[in-house]
Amino acid sequence: MRDIAELSAPDTGLAVPPGSTAAGAHRRRLAGRVAAFLIVLAWAVLFIFPVYWMAVTSLKDVSEVFHLPPVWWPAELKWSNYSEALSLFPFVDYAINTLKITVPVTIGTTISSSLVAYGFARLRWPGRDLVFYLVLATLMIPSWVTLVPLYILFNHINWIDTYKPLVVPSFFGDPFSIFLLRQFFLRQPQDLVDAARVDGASHFRVYTQIILPLARPALAVVALFAFIASWTDFFGPLIYLTNENKYTLQLGLFNFFAQHFVNWPGFMAASLVVLAPMALLFFLTQRTFIEGITFTGLRG
Amino acid sequence: MALLTGSGNAMPRSTQRSDRPRLARLRRNELLVALAFISPWIVGFCWFQLYPIFASIRYSFTSYNMMQPPVWIGLSNYETLFTGDPLFRKALLNTAIYTLFSVPLDLFVAFCFALLLNMQIPGRAFFRTAFYFPAIIPSVATAILWTMLLNAQGGLLNVALGYIGIGPIAWLTSPSWTMPSLILLSVWGIGPTVVIFLAGLQDVPRDLYEAAQLDGAGPLRLVRDVTIPMISPVILFNLVIGMIAALQVFAQPFIIFGQSTTGVGGNGGPLNSVLMYSVQLYNVAFVQFQMGYAAAMAWILFVIIFALSLLSMRLLTRYVHYE
Repeated sequence: MRDIAELSAPDTGLAVPPGSTAAGAHRRRLAGRVAAFLIVLAWAVLFIFPVYWMAVTSLKDVSEVFHLPPVWWPAELKWSNYSEALSLFPFVDYAINTLKITVPVTIGTTISSSLVAYGFARLRWPGRDLVFYLVLATLMIPSWVTLVPLYILFNHINWIDTYKPLVVPSFFGDPFSIFLLRQFFLRQPQDLVDAARVDGASHFRVYTQIILPLARPALAVVALFAFIASWTDFFGPLIYLTNENKYTLQLGLFNFFAQHFVNWPGFMAASLVVLAPMALLFFLTQRTFIEGITFTGLRG
Repeated sequence: MALLTGSGNAMPRSTQRSDRPRLARLRRNELLVALAFISPWIVGFCWFQLYPIFASIRYSFTSYNMMQPPVWIGLSNYETLFTGDPLFRKALLNTAIYTLFSVPLDLFVAFCFALLLNMQIPGRAFFRTAFYFPAIIPSVATAILWTMLLNAQGGLLNVALGYIGIGPIAWLTSPSWTMPSLILLSVWGIGPTVVIFLAGLQDVPRDLYEAAQLDGAGPLRLVRDVTIPMISPVILFNLVIGMIAALQVFAQPFIIFGQSTTGVGGNGGPLNSVLMYSVQLYNVAFVQFQMGYAAAMAWILFVIIFALSLLSMRLLTRYVHYE
């Protein structure tokens, strides 16, 4: 996987009409680049400004929130907004609840998807490709179609208001992760596998001792995406969790917003606290992240 | 019989009739091993996909409120949906409008950003991060933030518009402005699309541009006749993915507009102007607990998504240039 920023890009913007001077062309190219830089800078500022506003508002006094002219920097940094918000919004409890779901989901998704992907990648069996297309086809099914009967089923087996509906399905493979890992496994050199097989290794040993260690980058992408999807899941907890003590961070934040008297600094503070782990994770794993997204788009 | 060389190693030989049983056994063995590896998926498929799909067809022909056993009512749910349910029609219309406007807009803006980022400007990685960051903010936090930003008095958006002389717009309370506010919000999340486009742009061979430039092509023609055709698979991919996501949008409309005075539920905003299909489905299934009716709605959604995806891929494959 390449790091996008380090590749030199073709000049898409600037052409050199034949017959013009080299110096003129160079000036035109430079002007074009400066213009592009300024446009991109302006838009980047526009994109990030709401986040800045979120942070700044979290430290404002309530009277300053919708004050006109706008308060770009509060008269006094009200750090107490955070302690007040956190007294109403039990962040740590919700975070622990979320981890109780996210950690098993990440492990389950990674292990099950890689097992299944190996079955599709390095083993030959009749109907293999057809079944793989079936795996991909399930991605087309909107979750609503399966949701209603699953909810009814889970209700029958008393899984509602537990974490089970959110965790258990992840142990059965996720089509997207299977696809990603299969692509990766397919690119592993066949001779390594052949050598091991000739030496009498079972497929399982090939899988655990040869393929898996080589697959660390792809497994990292799968694990990261599974973690993020689970951590930021709002809909699942919304329908399956009814007891406030079991709420996850996203659901808890929503509840905080929906049920408390409007207190924008407090809401901003709570939102920032919920956002912070994701931001941290993003900055720590940026390369893996971007590569994963890129891989999706190019192979999709 | 294997040929033996002097060192005692067996040389590979061509297969003979006497090998067939052994080969068949080896192949069957490989099949069994493969099935073992993919068994998690098989179980999961049967439990979480196959069973629910058939069950939801059945449920859609019943009236079921989870308290009493389901009652068979035939096509009655579908009849009601198509003839007697204004909320269903409104939700369908709203979702169609949202998809129709947000998907092309997001694609266009993302493409432009990717083009700009692809030029050799300093700090590309920083800008890419800046565009991507809003997309990683959990949707609940985004919804809360934008509820504040869209406030008619003193909300940041109206403040900014005020600087260029546009009067305060009632984004959240006027039925004409609620949909534009959601479409606008969708642009904030185009980070991943930009990254995918950028990767596609980087794959375009440089000599194509040079050849076109030698023939006298200006920047706009370059984009139209070289760039776009070369990344047309990526455009199609983003289009279909974006469309499927837009048709099922839930979190933002639900959280920003969903607060009714009677408690948590999927409100549709002023005059139901932003009642989306998924939000209405949520109401039917988890507020009213009409599971049969909800199953019918889910199936209609499935058919719509399936048909539109197929249609767009069929129609647009003509324009897509594969290497």
